Amino acid sequence: MISELMVHSEGVEKRFGHLHVLKGIDMSVARGEVACLLGPSGSGKSTFLRCINHLEKVSAGRLAVDGELVGYEERNGKLYELSDRKICAKRAEIGMVFQRFNLFPHMTALENVMIGPRTVLRRDRELTETQALKLLDRVGLADKATSYPSQLSGGQQQRVAIARALCMEPKLLLFDEPTSALDPELVGEVLSVMQSLAEDGMTMVVVTHEIGFAREVADTAYFMDGGVVLESGDPKVVLSQPTHPRLRDFLSKVL
Amino acid sequence: MTTPSSEQRSQDAADSTESAASRARHLQAVPLRHYGRWVSAGVLTILVVMFLHTVVSHIDRNGVHNDSRFQWATVGKYLFDPSVIHGALVTLELTAAAMAIGVVFGIVLATMRLSTNRQLRYVSWVYLWFFRGTPVYVQLIFWSNLAFLYPTLSLGIPFGPSFVSISTNQYVTNLFLVAVVGLSLNEAAYMAEIVRAGIIAVDGGQLEAAQALGMRRVQSLRRIVLPQAMRVIVPPTGNETISMLKTTSLVGAALGGGGELYRSIQNIYNLNYLVPPLLITGCCWYLTMTSVLSVGQFYIERYYGRGVGTSAPPTLLQTLRKSFGRSPHVTAQPVGKP
Repeated sequence: MISELMVHSEGVEKRFGHLHVLKGIDMSVARGEVACLLGPSGSGKSTFLRCINHLEKVSAGRLAVDGELVGYEERNGKLYELSDRKICAKRAEIGMVFQRFNLFPHMTALENVMIGPRTVLRRDRELTETQALKLLDRVGLADKATSYPSQLSGGQQQRVAIARALCMEPKLLLFDEPTSALDPELVGEVLSVMQSLAEDGMTMVVVTHEIGFAREVADTAYFMDGGVVLESGDPKVVLSQPTHPRLRDFLSKVL
Repeated sequence: MTTPSSEQRSQDAADSTESAASRARHLQAVPLRHYGRWVSAGVLTILVVMFLHTVVSHIDRNGVHNDSRFQWATVGKYLFDPSVIHGALVTLELTAAAMAIGVVFGIVLATMRLSTNRQLRYVSWVYLWFFRGTPVYVQLIFWSNLAFLYPTLSLGIPFGPSFVSISTNQYVTNLFLVAVVGLSLNEAAYMAEIVRAGIIAVDGGQLEAAQALGMRRVQSLRRIVLPQAMRVIVPPTGNETISMLKTTSLVGAALGGGGELYRSIQNIYNLNYLVPPLLITGCCWYLTMTSVLSVGQFYIERYYGRGVGTSAPPTLLQTLRKSFGRSPHVTAQPVGKP
């Protein structure tokens, strides 16, 4: 199904027991758009990101990626959870990059990049290897193909993680605070890879604390607090002339 | 009275700091001397020599020259006796079979206990409760008496007709089979806990990363979680294997046969009454086999430890050299040398 919107969220709610983490999120991310989610910790931005590939199950509301609901199918006014097989097939179309990299430590950088296409898409070994090496080269790590994650710096690990996500040829890339676990010196190398992806037209949803990156690269910025989106729009406007007092307060602390 | 120029003064200051620095550079650090260790080494040497003396000293009885009480000639004579060799082989086969089944079944039980399915969790828990809670010796005897409770085993419709039916007695007379069943089912319960410990030791982010790539549960378990869990699983499994090798010595006593190593030894000393020398013969074989297993374990650990350090892990020889080599403070520069 072809849809203009890559991510379409309507009234998405998430509860953990009595904890109401998401209280109705509306968001539309178009094809090729870069959306940045900003906000204090505990505002629900990471939870929402994890709902997009069904790592967290939505409690209520409609969340679709590329025109298809994620993890559920809608029948008679209810959401019925899909089988594991269907959920996995959907996840394979959505790449994700984690705050703490989560590279597989028992595999080399190259094996990390190849494992997805090999096991999930059952791709040919040689083709996958060529593609993986190309992607490692793209993130500037062609010479680190045979290194294990423990032999790489944080920034290098995160770039391998990006290559790993890209090797699945995803429609959409999710970033969960990709630079928060990095030394300040290493943040730049990861952000520049992300910027080049954005320039190539990759659709990305980025949870970040990098206000500068949001201002420069994002098409839309969302400011979340307390499980709701308080303000959204063009980051150059939203981040320069915030109207909501909570956002003004937040920006004065992080900038 | 002439006052030195400021230039002169700073020059003096520089000289004095320089000489202080060079003096400081010649200060050598002396590690703590452990004189008590020299004393304890002496005492230890005397004790070892005393022990060796009792082991090899010969005794003369009624003017006849005798072997030592340990009867090393007897130990050696039976070391390669065909029945002893055969016993050692049976022990190895029992160990291998029981561990192989135990490990596989243990992995199944561990994944059941970690399953989101409550029924699987309960079944696994009850299994562990029973097989860990009763002695393996009793379990072995129990299996050999299975025919008492279930004279026939059949496959069919519950409470309805059966399609295949076998006589239990036919199987429980095969002592090797009973031993493998008894040992492996007991082992599976212990292995289940070892495997579970390994799986929960793997960072949760690993499973998430695998899921985010679209891997199915079984795929992520096999390709991502278990290989990492192996680092935690292998050392206690080595323990279990060595323990199993020795536990096989219960089989002869529990089942009254089975032909494993200890039973073979027993058969010999029941005839010639040379109990201690033959026990030493047995121990020689047990020690040899467990030593070989330990080397195997070292290399398995090394394989699953890949990607952990920043450099390649040491080989067995390097590790031995390091542990028997001189400790660093002994090789440090002696005092006074530049």
